[in-house]
Amino acid sequence: MPRERLSIRGPARRLLFGATAAGFGAGALLAGQSVLLSLIIDRVFRRGWDPARIAPLLGWVIGLLLLRALCLWLQEIWAQRAAGQVKSALRTQLTDHLYALGPAYTRTQRSGDLVNAAVEGVEALDAYLTQFLPARYLAGLLPLFILLLVFLLDPWTSLILLFTGPMLILLLALIGGRAEALTRQRFAELSWMSAFFLDLLRGLPTLKLFGRSREQAETIEEISRAYGKSTLEVLATAFQSSLVMEWAATAATAMVALETSLRLMNGVLPFERALALLLLTPEFFLPLRQFAVKYHMGAAGKAALERINQVLETPAPAAPAGTHSAAPRFDSRPDPQQLPMRIRFEGVTLRYPPGADGGEERPPALRCLSFTAEAGQSVALVGASGAGKSTVINALAGFVLPQSGQLSVGGVPLARLEMEAWRRQIAWMPQQPHLFHGTVADNIRLARPDAAPEELVSAAQSAHAHEFITQLPQGYETRLGEGGAGLSGGQRQRLALARVFLKDAPLVLLDEITANLDEESEALVRGTLETLLRAGRTGDGRPRTVLLAAHRLELARAADRIVVMDRGRAVQSGPHGQLASVDGPYRALLRAYTGDCADQDAPDEVRPSADLVTGGVP
Amino acid sequence: MRRLLALTLWPGRKSGAPGYVGWLLLGILLSAATSLTNVGLLAVSAYLISKAALVRESSDLSLLITGVRFFALARAGLRYAERYVTHLATFRILTRLRVWFYRALEPLAPARLQGYRSGDLLTRIAADMETLENFYLRVVIPPLAAALVILAASLFLGFFDRRLAWALLLFALITGVLLPWVNLRLSRGPAAETIRLRAALNAALVDELEGGADLLIFGQAGRYQARTGALSARLHAAQAQLAGVRGLSNALSALLAGLAGVTLLLLAVPLVTGGDLNGVYLAMLPLTAMTALEAVQPMNQAAQMLASSRAAAGRLFELADAPPPVTDPPAPAVAPAAQGGLALDVDHLRFRYSPDAPLVLDGLTFHVPAGGRVALLGPNGSGKSSLINVLLRFWAYEGGVITLGGADLRTLTQDDARRLVGVAPQQVYLFNGSLRENLYLADPDASEEALIDACRLAQLHDWIGSLPQGYDTLVGENGLLLSGGQRQRLAIARAVLKDAPILILDEPAAHLDPLTEQALWQALDSFMAERTTIIISHKPLEAARVDGVVRVG
Repeated sequence: MPRERLSIRGPARRLLFGATAAGFGAGALLAGQSVLLSLIIDRVFRRGWDPARIAPLLGWVIGLLLLRALCLWLQEIWAQRAAGQVKSALRTQLTDHLYALGPAYTRTQRSGDLVNAAVEGVEALDAYLTQFLPARYLAGLLPLFILLLVFLLDPWTSLILLFTGPMLILLLALIGGRAEALTRQRFAELSWMSAFFLDLLRGLPTLKLFGRSREQAETIEEISRAYGKSTLEVLATAFQSSLVMEWAATAATAMVALETSLRLMNGVLPFERALALLLLTPEFFLPLRQFAVKYHMGAAGKAALERINQVLETPAPAAPAGTHSAAPRFDSRPDPQQLPMRIRFEGVTLRYPPGADGGEERPPALRCLSFTAEAGQSVALVGASGAGKSTVINALAGFVLPQSGQLSVGGVPLARLEMEAWRRQIAWMPQQPHLFHGTVADNIRLARPDAAPEELVSAAQSAHAHEFITQLPQGYETRLGEGGAGLSGGQRQRLALARVFLKDAPLVLLDEITANLDEESEALVRGTLETLLRAGRTGDGRPRTVLLAAHRLELARAADRIVVMDRGRAVQSGPHGQLASVDGPYRALLRAYTGDCADQDAPDEVRPSADLVTGGVP
Repeated sequence: MRRLLALTLWPGRKSGAPGYVGWLLLGILLSAATSLTNVGLLAVSAYLISKAALVRESSDLSLLITGVRFFALARAGLRYAERYVTHLATFRILTRLRVWFYRALEPLAPARLQGYRSGDLLTRIAADMETLENFYLRVVIPPLAAALVILAASLFLGFFDRRLAWALLLFALITGVLLPWVNLRLSRGPAAETIRLRAALNAALVDELEGGADLLIFGQAGRYQARTGALSARLHAAQAQLAGVRGLSNALSALLAGLAGVTLLLLAVPLVTGGDLNGVYLAMLPLTAMTALEAVQPMNQAAQMLASSRAAAGRLFELADAPPPVTDPPAPAVAPAAQGGLALDVDHLRFRYSPDAPLVLDGLTFHVPAGGRVALLGPNGSGKSSLINVLLRFWAYEGGVITLGGADLRTLTQDDARRLVGVAPQQVYLFNGSLRENLYLADPDASEEALIDACRLAQLHDWIGSLPQGYDTLVGENGLLLSGGQRQRLAIARAVLKDAPILILDEPAAHLDPLTEQALWQALDSFMAERTTIIISHKPLEAARVDGVVRVG
């Protein structure tokens, strides 16, 4: 169960302390100001001092006012600075951990959710840190100070506060437990209506398609009414707790006024004290009331903290997928660059970790998988979706760890290699390559930030990307928007291929795109992939090993060897010619794929001939 | 802003809807009364204490004691009533606003909503509606209530001396008008910067999270993290600047309240020493001014929210005022009866998404006889899917003629046109509900058997049957819990349920494995036989599946 906890360290802690101290100072100065004002009024009212005699006292009041203003100003500034530092640290921690968890984790989460935790969630802490926390501390400290002051002025009156204060806190605690649940419910309800409305707007074309759009206006009215009613019921209970708060504060003020005036009348209490007590009583309750007002800010922050901690507490795989390897350092870590790229899976079983939502155990993605890709060989993995093709690629990239079996490179277990050095040997084209905010050139250069412009162009040419890039408004300097908007799927794929060429690594991992490309792109991408499958050598003469997760069979033919996978196992392997000639899983796939199933096709009745199509776009 | 108020408060005689101005006025009065009881409580208490210093008999104080009790009890109750009434009014007003806005938007979708970046606009609309939720509670009510409180307190002070009233008015104006105005001006720059940097940080983090695998493989994670870190630091710097302004305005507003007290004392003390004012009132006067000024404190927030509400309302009205892309003919023709499909004729169709955009379809011509089956082929972006938008009357076409069963599409009402065409779109939208609800959308009167038959046809039934909740399985927000293939088959099942004479399948096999694709075609064969079918595809289909091919682009 993720907790709401937040460790605030270093300068942030000092700043937050300073902010609280400033807030306390402001409260204390207000109390001092009240005492001074009472004194002035007393001197004029009871002793008939003239304006000149009270001027110094008024000067003191103004001094306190100025100091108080300074305190209030500092409180905001320091609290905000503290919040900035905490948020920065938390974001770094969050992304660090997400890198450590690797894509195997991020894929199970909706990335929007994670971004939400990292941006909006961390931002939600802003109010938590700048408003809620100082208010909480002040609610604990200031009333005690005022109580002490009141006790010094008049012990009897402090008894009233001593009773009403804790009674109020008790009442609030009684309601509070429920109020917390209610606040949560209220927030859930508030966002629910918004989500409902958004759902309708997004689905408007679909509703129109089925002629159901106009009737939704009534649905909105109905639901909005019901929603308003239920939210108001929730709110009404929340209002009750503020009713208690108000009532206690006003009742205490009234009691103090009545009690002091009676004792004043009997001459046992001086006037200036009685007036000061009256002014101090609301100040006793003020921090508590402010805390109640800011309480919901804390609730939103707490919910966000829970989500953030949930992410942070997800254990990273034993050998992290990220940049910072926490595995014990072997004295003699093999240098991956010196290893021959002979990839070997021996009885590898791999199961993806369950999602952070604590979902049920998933079936293994790889079961006892064994196959070898010799150095310089190209191997295509084929099989139905879910057979484990992409998992093989992910395991080689170090994003997921096998639970058992051995995955080795040139005879060295992958687990012994330093991840960062190992990944330098890999070029990778994922199914959905991510295009980053930045120019086309930046996006290709991701593979090698120091690449010269000529190398960039040459890589783009090899990937058949150069043609369309030069047609973009600013060529290689064209900026790509969110998720590379403005490029078609095929063009994005070709940019990812350009990265592969630019990296020129001895191991190439290709995860063939499954979505539809237009015919032109598809032909170009296929051609490029076929070139890559002819393995060859890297620029510095090392043999290149290529692994392709193939979702279409045409491409697999070009590979030196095909491994047919079925539910996480390798069920058949060999070159295309060999596999196609025997009856087996590959033949079955091939048959389904080419639609070569004349036995299933019903014999045609005479269909209208094609000439009924009278035209097309010239 | 005026229009927003008019829409919800005085909807006019025509609409016949009740206005909510009464509710709002009640809220304002209650809000002012709540503040005034607080002023009253402290003022009467101070007077009571002062008086007690002079008298010897408690009977002389009984009226004042009653006053203190009254104010103490009334405040809590009034506060509760105020909150209840203002929230009630807000919720009612919002209901009206939502319905009005939906009605305004309905004819515009999707054409007028498409020009903006996909989800962005709709998310903003929902957020804008939420912003307006605060408009009444925090923008409309507080200033009016504060004005009433200040007015009442000034009248009270003016009863003693006119200058006291003027002093309070002056401080109220400075705290409630000048200070928020300065605050708004000073924070405008950093506030805009904060919004901008927050969006940039958001984008950078999306990059990092969605492209995490790419960054790890290419060893760039550290560099991107540093970039995000720098953005985060800049955001926090802008926020600190805002906090500086906020802190300054808090400090000044507290200072002004204190100075108001001091000023009133300075004005009242000579009156007392000069004998023009009984000293017993001296404590009450500055207290009255200081507590009355508390009602002005929310003005800062109101000013900030007025700015954001104005922007939100402006965006909503701009959108609602857009002309609809297609209007129904004044005298619509009768929709053709459909049995065994309708012939579809497209003759020299010319279409573009907006007047300054290039032509998407330029002279598209083809004919499909009733019950015919045609493949529409062409590369991405060639306008295949645009044809669907035109046939569904989501967009108007600028040239050419389309006839359905001999009837000109333009002479039909939009509803009739849509009734004749069943579409399984490529980008299917699923509502956050159960599978059943999403299917019944296509035909609310369908029987359970019809539902299951449609899913059998679409190769969905076995999968749905294997789910623990079956047809009651929730699909999540926009069906995110379903895979691409499942969504697409759900779209096909919907189109089957709709049972329209013309069937359009947009890339029906895009996400399907070869075996499922085979089964789907086979199952659809008899269904398509009785309908006119158009299959949109980016790659050639097997010739046996269609009667003919239209190439687009």
